[in-house]
Amino acid sequence: MGSFDTFLQQLFNGLVLGSLYALIALGYTMVYGIVNLINFAHGDVLMVGALTALSAIALVHSWFPGIPGWVLLVIGMLAAIPVCVLLSLAIERIAYRPLRSAPRLAPLITAIGVSILLQTLAMIIWGRNQLTFPSLLSPDPIAIGPATVTSTKLLVIALSALIMIGLLVLVQRTRLGRAMRATAENPRVAGLMGVDPNAVIAATFAIGAALAAVAGVMYASVYSVADFYMGFIPGLKAFTAAVLGGIGNIPGAMVGGILLGLIESLGAGYIDQLSGGVFGSNYQDVFAFIVLCAVLILRPSGLLGERVADRA
Amino acid sequence: MKPAATLAALSPRTRALAATVLIGMVLLVLPLAAGALGAAWVRTLAFAALYVMLALGLNIVVGFAGLLDLGYIAFYAVGAYTFALLASPQLTDNFPALARAFPDGLHLPIWAVIPLGASIAAGFGVLLGAPVLKLRGDYLAIVTLGFGEIIRIFLNNLNAPINLTNGPQGITLIDPVRIGTLSFNHPVAFLGLELSALQLYYYLFAALAVLSVLMCVRLQDSRLGRAWMAIREDEIAAKAMGINVRNVKLLAFALGASFGGVSGTMFAAFQGFVSPESFSLMESVIVLSMIVLGGLGHIPGVIFGAVLLSVFPEVLRHGVGPLQEQLFGRTLIDAEVLRMLLYGVALVLVMLYRPKGLWPAPQHGAPAAGSVDTGPGAVTSRSFP
Amino acid sequence: MSTAPLLHVDGITKRFGGVQALHAVQMRIGQGQIYGLIGPNGAGKTTFFNVITGLVQPDAGRFELDGRPYEPSSVHRVAAAGIARTFQNIRLFAHMTALENVMVGRHVRTRCGPLAAVLRTRAARREEAEIRRRAQELLEYVGIGRLGHLQARTLSYGDQRRLEIARALATEPKLLALDEPAAGMNATEKLALRELLERIREDGVTILLIEHDVKLVMGLCDRVTVLDEGRIIKEGEPGEVQRDPAVIEAYLGPAHAPAA
Repeated sequence: MGSFDTFLQQLFNGLVLGSLYALIALGYTMVYGIVNLINFAHGDVLMVGALTALSAIALVHSWFPGIPGWVLLVIGMLAAIPVCVLLSLAIERIAYRPLRSAPRLAPLITAIGVSILLQTLAMIIWGRNQLTFPSLLSPDPIAIGPATVTSTKLLVIALSALIMIGLLVLVQRTRLGRAMRATAENPRVAGLMGVDPNAVIAATFAIGAALAAVAGVMYASVYSVADFYMGFIPGLKAFTAAVLGGIGNIPGAMVGGILLGLIESLGAGYIDQLSGGVFGSNYQDVFAFIVLCAVLILRPSGLLGERVADRA
Repeated sequence: MKPAATLAALSPRTRALAATVLIGMVLLVLPLAAGALGAAWVRTLAFAALYVMLALGLNIVVGFAGLLDLGYIAFYAVGAYTFALLASPQLTDNFPALARAFPDGLHLPIWAVIPLGASIAAGFGVLLGAPVLKLRGDYLAIVTLGFGEIIRIFLNNLNAPINLTNGPQGITLIDPVRIGTLSFNHPVAFLGLELSALQLYYYLFAALAVLSVLMCVRLQDSRLGRAWMAIREDEIAAKAMGINVRNVKLLAFALGASFGGVSGTMFAAFQGFVSPESFSLMESVIVLSMIVLGGLGHIPGVIFGAVLLSVFPEVLRHGVGPLQEQLFGRTLIDAEVLRMLLYGVALVLVMLYRPKGLWPAPQHGAPAAGSVDTGPGAVTSRSFP
Repeated sequence: MSTAPLLHVDGITKRFGGVQALHAVQMRIGQGQIYGLIGPNGAGKTTFFNVITGLVQPDAGRFELDGRPYEPSSVHRVAAAGIARTFQNIRLFAHMTALENVMVGRHVRTRCGPLAAVLRTRAARREEAEIRRRAQELLEYVGIGRLGHLQARTLSYGDQRRLEIARALATEPKLLALDEPAAGMNATEKLALRELLERIREDGVTILLIEHDVKLVMGLCDRVTVLDEGRIIKEGEPGEVQRDPAVIEAYLGPAHAPAA
């Protein structure tokens, strides 16, 4: 493959990765924008979504072995989404809401605790070993120009794009969206205008969780594995993406996600050449962390600017 | 005279002395009692002492200075790998030039290990701290977490093109502690008792832990300790009073890191083997839960938390397995998972119901009449960002 | 009293976005003076304070403290240079005791580092005892000597203001900059404050004061600068400032300007 072809391939991979990051990042950014909290457990909600889908798919498949793959995929998502939404709502209600007026680090520590609890829960229910996520769509490679893609990866990009557009419409055009934006900007004033901040915050968590559920199922489909720890690294990277785009900024999270995916994919693809063989693609994860540190140190408000609640 | 009255009649100084002597005696006798129960318990005690040191170190950063470091375990790793590289065949096996320079192998003695581990870790502390100090609280936490992960990834991957850390397999054949001619890898006769290697390590670690406590107490009641407290309370006012906040925060990072580094070197010697697996985020979180549960910023609380959260899971491990067999016929939740569950629950419950910890500092100065007491405690103080 | 000014600032300009907060403000404060800075709300008084104490970086300006050029570019160096301040909203170390608050004030004039602290050297112990002694002394100086062991946030409002002054004095300032020290005080407390400030001046510390209580300022200050919308509209002795039509107009509006 010529180097331009490699570049295109890495570009495509980056787009796939970036779409996933964007979906997850949206959950982080919306929550931070509205309650100034890094929802550390968000990545683990993704994990629960993936594993729930896996169980649902396995169950349905055992009942009806003839069902086509894409139906199973839909069933998986339909199972994952409500579970994640309910889980996220419960977490918000039980662990975060009581600490809303506490200094910001208290809920962060709680969030870490919740993250661990979710992981142990997953360990108990699904065991500690890596489980295989079945290949539901046709695994045959499709050639798009010089790049090779699979239908799963195409689905990721298409689905993510659709969801992001849908979210933008929701936030800009609907009543709920207006309420979310108002509460994000100034919760007290929004309350005075008749918006119920608790309901809006709950809705925000729910939407984020739904996105994470979809992202989790897609992530597991692309990488064909799922285990109790799978949410941590993507979660951290998605948070990086959210900060990169500007925390609290919804288009920012989308841009940040895609950009981070591209950086990571191209970086991993070329680091071998760039470093003269010293660093290989196994350092891929380091890219996201370097981006994180760089952004926070050099331009903490992100590329598109942050939108954080005025906690006056 | 009734015992209570006798106690009250003693001056605070005498009481403190008596308490110290009592604790000292307990510390001395503990491993002998534990040894009777089984070597595993002595091992637990030794680890408890190591965790006390780690917790005290993290307490300097989080409790005293108010900086949430989620990557603290990286300093532990630095200390461990420093000793591992300088007291094992790893470097001589992979670098012929070194093998020629040190034909007997690299065997760094303990009196060099401790200061070296402390200073290298402190160096990393400054390296980490310098760019991130101006970040606000939650961002600082995430960046430090990222740093911790970066260190782990590097340790995991520095086995090619040159083999420094031996990657995921880790470094083995690390020397045990050697004090003079005494090597901590076989039992020793002392005052008519036979002390196992494990018990020797316990005594060493306990001594180091006691030293750490002493250091922390002195730091707390010093000019630097007050500067840390001031920064935690109100950073702007602290600056206006002439405190170089940046340097004082860096000192917190460096000192906290040095505790981690020393513990790390001891861990490497104790275990004889290090691998990146031992230095994951979970370990950082464990140390954090110890100080949060115990009482952030309060030295006795921190010690309590460290001992509780390192001993209790072992108790659970021994009790819960058979219990589950009895109740359910099989083990539903194995000990490792239970341990993690414990840490998660501890963090959440503490933050919700006892944010200042189980043993917080007593009321710092009496309140004036009619005031509401919430007491000191980094996480709940107004200006903890 | 020496003729060289203690603090001489010139051309202080600061813009916040669209607002010109300060426009070429200048000030000369003589040694041993009590100098007042007054003006209507929003005039830029606290901004000026923040500029000379390094909390806000000006767009332009020259500074001279005690005859030497002075760079308030980092806040912590300001105290070392000799300017100590209090805050409009009282920024005490809430959970530390009153005594500890003042002990923190000694930080900039003391040197004991972590090594000495851990080793408990004789020098460290001596310095620590001296810090404690001096802090207690300052608490008594401002009149709250008995409250040292109490948590700062539990003190009464007036006592908290005094504590803040004691803490500032602990840094051995040449210039004590007080941001509305009398805010929220009743007449008795204001009298006590006035006595305290005069005593401080007698003991060789120059004072710069932002205040809204015009009577207090007029009775206490040697000279006054009046700021309005970022510009100086009058500088002089209290009497002449009080009678100046521009000043009256700034405070009360044009209708009140006395007939020329």
